[in-house]
Amino acid sequence: MIHVENLIKEFGPKRAVNGVSFTVKRGEILGFLGPNGAGKSTTMRMITGFIPPTSGVVRIGNFDIAEQPIEAKKLIGYLPESAPCYSDMTVNGFLRFTAELRGLRGAAIDTAVAKVAGMCFLEGVLHQSVDTLSKGYRHRTCFAQSILHDPEVLVLDEPTDGLDPNQKHEVRQIIKRMGQTKAIIFSTHILEEVEACCTRAIIIDRGSVVANGTPSELKSRAENAGSVSLRVHGIAAETLRSRLNALSVAGKVSVQGSAESVTARIFPRDRSVNGELARAVADAAVKEGWKFDELHTEEGRLDDVFRSITLPDSVKVRD
Amino acid sequence: MNESLRNIWTILKRELNGYFASPVAYVFIVIFLLLNGFFTFMLGGFFELGEASLSRPFFNWHPWLYLFLVPAAGMRLWAEERRVGTLELLLTMPVSPWQAIVGKFLASWAFLAISLALTFPVVISVFYLGHPDGGAIFAGYVGSLLLAGAYLAVTVATSALTRNQVISFILSVVVCFFLILAGWEPVTSLLVRWAHPDLVELIASFSVMPHFASFQRGVVDFRDLLFFASVIVFSLFGTSVILRNLRGA
Repeated sequence: MIHVENLIKEFGPKRAVNGVSFTVKRGEILGFLGPNGAGKSTTMRMITGFIPPTSGVVRIGNFDIAEQPIEAKKLIGYLPESAPCYSDMTVNGFLRFTAELRGLRGAAIDTAVAKVAGMCFLEGVLHQSVDTLSKGYRHRTCFAQSILHDPEVLVLDEPTDGLDPNQKHEVRQIIKRMGQTKAIIFSTHILEEVEACCTRAIIIDRGSVVANGTPSELKSRAENAGSVSLRVHGIAAETLRSRLNALSVAGKVSVQGSAESVTARIFPRDRSVNGELARAVADAAVKEGWKFDELHTEEGRLDDVFRSITLPDSVKVRD
Repeated sequence: MNESLRNIWTILKRELNGYFASPVAYVFIVIFLLLNGFFTFMLGGFFELGEASLSRPFFNWHPWLYLFLVPAAGMRLWAEERRVGTLELLLTMPVSPWQAIVGKFLASWAFLAISLALTFPVVISVFYLGHPDGGAIFAGYVGSLLLAGAYLAVTVATSALTRNQVISFILSVVVCFFLILAGWEPVTSLLVRWAHPDLVELIASFSVMPHFASFQRGVVDFRDLLFFASVIVFSLFGTSVILRNLRGA
């Protein structure tokens, strides 16, 4: 549904977006990650047709946003970054206004407004003026506007920004539900959010896509992904290290702690032995009679991946 | 109704409601009517003139009155959208920039027309007191409305230039002031002393004054209509260029 090809945007001499390409199919929820100023919002603004790209193509459904902007825009629901609303209108008036611009008429407007007001918990403030609302309500009002016409494509720029934990959860549920039948792209700083609802994530840094994959694929790129961590007691650290080193599937082994409680991190020899490592360690522990408190395989953490990819090399600090 | 007219209508409705949803509309109308009364009866000497006409005491002041009031009514149109960020929302709707520009312009123009229509008591007075030329008064109102439209179109363009309403206001006052001065009699009679009369006439032809003057006299000339129409169309076109550049940069 969303097809982005080699998108470039230059602001004067500065290249804000540098050759971004990706596709989002129906039923996919794409998480768009990146540090501040990486070009996320600019990319989204080009996808929604607010700013024209310097070069590159954006296709929404079968429509090129540059060639047939109106047809393409009809398919999109968009929540801009600052969630702007017309402050002199009531929530109801604002939603009805956007519904009319979206081409809804008569009773369809009433139904659509009532439906999104329910979904976004706006019933209580429907007749309140937007400028008397708190930030969370204003944000949800703008979010309601984006899903009002049940669009095929949803572009959400930080949809959970400024919401309290319950509201965040609710918005994520809505995104997840809608994602089953629609193509959704949303940007966020919250990495758990990506794990919780995205089918795929893209990390963008300084205008370029630096990673693209499912959340678990991305996590496996973490340095410690696939390593096994083991905590035992009643054994000297050095003894433990030599025993673990003797395992055929083990690569690097690091051991910390005293005899009271020793923690070892065992890295696999290579990627092919990922699954066997934990079992081998467990077998060894049972055979040697170690009293172990904990044994688990690290999945890798998205923030580690994010940090290692997006931090400039000079700033990169090894933990 | 076709789709683009419908979009224009939707935007027009929103903007017009926007005026009346805030005190802006009421303050504006009250000030406009007070100033109109003050100019007509105090400075214009409506009673002293002893004429059954609105040309001199009433319409004569409109270019000056509108100079400040029309930019005040139109300055927020785009500047506010830019400041709050709703511009992004509006232009990512299935609406063309033209529809938005025309919708906003018409809304503001309609608001000015409502204010102008509320000066009707002065018409009643002049008919009560004498036997004025109804056609001339009608022509005067048409001219006044077109004048307001021309100023407003300029304001729409300057409003798109900035996210600050004050800057938008000042810029449009300056441009409208030029539109007055270029053909204002005291200025042209000064210019004609050292410039070629053809040149003076060329400069004056950019001004709203000679065109408004014929309406004031009760003459509805096609060329004057064309003048105001072209100022409006040109300014609105300028607005669309400004908006396009804004999004490009």
